Amino acid sequence: MTGADARVALVTGGSRGIGRAIALRLAADGLTVVVNYSANSTAAADVVARIESAGGRAMPAKADVSDPDQVGNLFDLVTAELGAVDVLVNNAGITRDSLLLRMSHEDFDAVIQTNLRSAFLCTKASLRGMLKAKWGRIISIASVAGISGNAGQANYAASKAGMIAFAKSIAKEVGSRGITSNVVAPGYIETDMTHSLGDGAKESASSAIALGRFGQPEEVAEAVGFLASDASSYITGQVLAVDGGITL
Amino acid sequence: MERNEVSEKLTGVLVSELGLDAGKINDDAHFEEDLDVDSLGVVELLMALEDEFGVKIPDEEAESIMTVGQAVDLVHTKLNS
Repeated sequence: MTGADARVALVTGGSRGIGRAIALRLAADGLTVVVNYSANSTAAADVVARIESAGGRAMPAKADVSDPDQVGNLFDLVTAELGAVDVLVNNAGITRDSLLLRMSHEDFDAVIQTNLRSAFLCTKASLRGMLKAKWGRIISIASVAGISGNAGQANYAASKAGMIAFAKSIAKEVGSRGITSNVVAPGYIETDMTHSLGDGAKESASSAIALGRFGQPEEVAEAVGFLASDASSYITGQVLAVDGGITL
Repeated sequence: MERNEVSEKLTGVLVSELGLDAGKINDDAHFEEDLDVDSLGVVELLMALEDEFGVKIPDEEAESIMTVGQAVDLVHTKLNS
């Protein structure tokens, strides 16, 4: 694959929030984008429609990416319709926040499965095509919680820290074949995930942020767009925090 | 397909995909020790063989492939079963 306009990107959890912004960004950069979603087909269709009305190419693809069979089917579909995935964005993620003492086994497992196992399954499935092409971009969306931890999010933070180490391991394994693996760690971003935070919580979070505000999904997508491009060819195994300075 | 035909085709894949020296390739050649193919290279080779011969090599079977001869035998068995 040479040139952005010949490349295929798969964005897991691409129908809403940060994933949506990433899908729009990559399409604007000329890639054909597969917008994966697990349940919200209307939202996914909306992202595809926006991309197409702006002159880009996209298709929706339903799959629970924490399920091996569904991931297999997803990649078979994409390969048949568009060819191999050149850029994989491991963005699908959920939270089940609670203090550890109150956290059920199910809530711990569900977050690890969706967030960490999805990255494993999708990365493994993408590597075949990337190895053949001797070119690939694997971008995993972690979180500042995976860097610094966060009270009430032990499960989420663990899954995101896991994604960071996973991404670095992959970087070492396949770097010799022109495939880079990096992490973008968003801080507090205005999406459904942070929408439910009360005003008090939002204010206190903002006061810990050097830039004094929450970020926009588009600001995270900018970093992903750069990492997906040829311009980032000597960058691998890195964690780029897009967090307004909260981890300083 | 006869075993020697598989062997010839496989040698061809090794030369074209991994850039190996045809003179060093024989049944006893060990991928990592004799042919300097790293572990990722063996994975890539088996993927190329799947494409070339139209067979499927599951992970559990792939793990035991250490030599050229073993790869030839595996493909030969799959083609004739």
